[in-house]
Amino acid sequence: MSLSAENVTCLRGDRLVFRDISFDLAGGQALWVRGRNGAGKSTLLRIAARLLRPQAGRFFWNRTDITEDDEPYHGQYHYIGHQEVLKPVLTVAENLSFWAEFHGQGKASLEQAIEGFELGALRDTPAGLLSAGQKKRTNLARLLASPAPLWILDEPLSALDTHFIDLFRARLSEHLKAGGLALYATHQDLGIDGSQELDLDAGGGA
Amino acid sequence: MAIDLHKYANPRRFLAITSAIYPWSLALTVILLAAGLYTGLFVAPPDYQQGETVRIMFVHVPAAWMGLMIYTFMAVASAVGLIWKHPVADLSAKAAAPIGACFTFLSLVTGSLWGEPMWGTWWVWDARLTSMLILLFLYLGYIALWQSFDDPSKASKAAAILALVGVINVPIIKFSVDWWNTLHQPASVATMSGPKIYSSILTPLLIMGLAYTAFFVTLLIIRVRAEILARRLRILQLSELQER
Amino acid sequence: MKAFFSLIARDLKLAARQGSAVALSLCFFVIVIVLFPLGVGPEMTVLARIAPGVLWVAALLACLLTLDRIFQADYEDGSLDQLVIGPLPLSFLVLAKVIAHWLTSVLPLIIIAPVLALSLNLASDGVIAVTFALLIGSPTLSLIGAVGAALTMGMRRGGVLLSLLVLPLYIPVLIFGVAAVEAAVAMLPMAPHLLLLGGMSLGALVVGPLAAGAALRLALE
Repeated sequence: MSLSAENVTCLRGDRLVFRDISFDLAGGQALWVRGRNGAGKSTLLRIAARLLRPQAGRFFWNRTDITEDDEPYHGQYHYIGHQEVLKPVLTVAENLSFWAEFHGQGKASLEQAIEGFELGALRDTPAGLLSAGQKKRTNLARLLASPAPLWILDEPLSALDTHFIDLFRARLSEHLKAGGLALYATHQDLGIDGSQELDLDAGGGA
Repeated sequence: MAIDLHKYANPRRFLAITSAIYPWSLALTVILLAAGLYTGLFVAPPDYQQGETVRIMFVHVPAAWMGLMIYTFMAVASAVGLIWKHPVADLSAKAAAPIGACFTFLSLVTGSLWGEPMWGTWWVWDARLTSMLILLFLYLGYIALWQSFDDPSKASKAAAILALVGVINVPIIKFSVDWWNTLHQPASVATMSGPKIYSSILTPLLIMGLAYTAFFVTLLIIRVRAEILARRLRILQLSELQER
Repeated sequence: MKAFFSLIARDLKLAARQGSAVALSLCFFVIVIVLFPLGVGPEMTVLARIAPGVLWVAALLACLLTLDRIFQADYEDGSLDQLVIGPLPLSFLVLAKVIAHWLTSVLPLIIIAPVLALSLNLASDGVIAVTFALLIGSPTLSLIGAVGAALTMGMRRGGVLLSLLVLPLYIPVLIFGVAAVEAAVAMLPMAPHLLLLGGMSLGALVVGPLAAGAALRLALE
């Protein structure tokens, strides 16, 4: 399992966000994307999640070029963005079970997700009543509700307290140990062993 | 630099070709317009029923042709822009829309002016006039969609999708309106098919059609060049901002 | 296929939990129709004469008002990003959303349309015809509307623009929909009109999801 990028350049409108970004990520590895506000962290993660098209550069999944045809990449990753992706009128369990079903998973992975992020007490609470931290956990629980080798995480720690930051770090470490990959943008160092760094302020590749 | 920032703003070949065409199309416009108006207004015989008012036709009918033709042109340009990502194609579609809307509007106004002496009323729900009115709405929607985006590359793609959906619908709308008209119009009311086409009438009509086409090409060249220069200016301003 | 049906099921569940949205568009439909007798007078022959057109125009407008619901909520809470990168091809994603929209926003209008038709003194043949014509013609409204909704998604004054983009494209459905009802009232065969409406729905079934899918991808960038 591997994800690599070669000389990725992005323009928004006519403005240059970043250029010539490259990285190479193998199974079990994580990439920490750093940079000040506006350096293009979110943009890079959205490009990796195929929500944006870069103006130049190539992407490879398992050494297959997915720049044009992303068929092999489909369903291989999860993207956690700034938005909570929750329907306020559905309960925590209903929200998660929809995403599990949407990705072709059954009840078992739903229970795993609820356990993994300690949501058991909240499972029948409508998502509209959750606090910001609880919403974030429910959102992160999608990572376990349907397994995928690559996690793309944009500010996964925001609104989490120290206990849940540790919990999240544990889930991420398990994911990496099992051979998974992760791409994350955070302000603080997660302290993941052997994680690579990509500093967008430095304006070059890792 | 990995990519050319000026790709969108520097279609040199287009500028070179159009500056060669421009004086010819301008001259052609003037000559054809003069010839068309002269033959239409002075040479062609008055209609035995409608008298001199029939001459409105020489302005009206070619304008309606242009309305339809320019929309088709926009759809083709949009398809080229979407499929081959040719920046000038996007700009041409954008630049053509207001011209097409003006021709459509002209055909509506002249149609209404023609209607007054013919039917004694300024507006009739005649099939052709109604179709042209709907076409005008399609143009206005297209222009409004363009103006609703801040990012020109997004706007061009969205507008292209709309133009393609629209052009599929134009014949359906035309067919349905014609059909609606035959259902609701009492047979006694004359339709705007006008008098039988004699060559004395057809010639000025065709000349006017060609004149309008030349006029369209001339305006299009001016507008696309202006668009390219505006895009270039924007990029210069932006790169200045980034250097700061 | 599981993803396709789970998405429809979720949208139906959401609509059921937020029943007020459906009720509001129904109220709108009823009020618009009530305005016509008040506007043109209660004379029964006049009402029967304009009933097919009034019903169709009111249905078009009520449908138009609900179009922003197809994508807007999912766009605002980030669900749309997740749906787009999910296992469904974009056209099928649009199709699932359109089916859910039709079931939750258009079908209720069709169900109360006969009652409103009777209140406008439409002959009983016409009442049946208007129901069938709406059933066959209205998928086009949802499908074409989805293109407009995707194009205007996330815009500040998207609603007004949406009506300008979509209403001209609704005209053929209006014309043949009304014609079917008038034919039925006049004891003429209405099958040709219904076939044309069905043909338009099939055409929209091909073009709508493709165009709306392309517009969605664009709007998310």
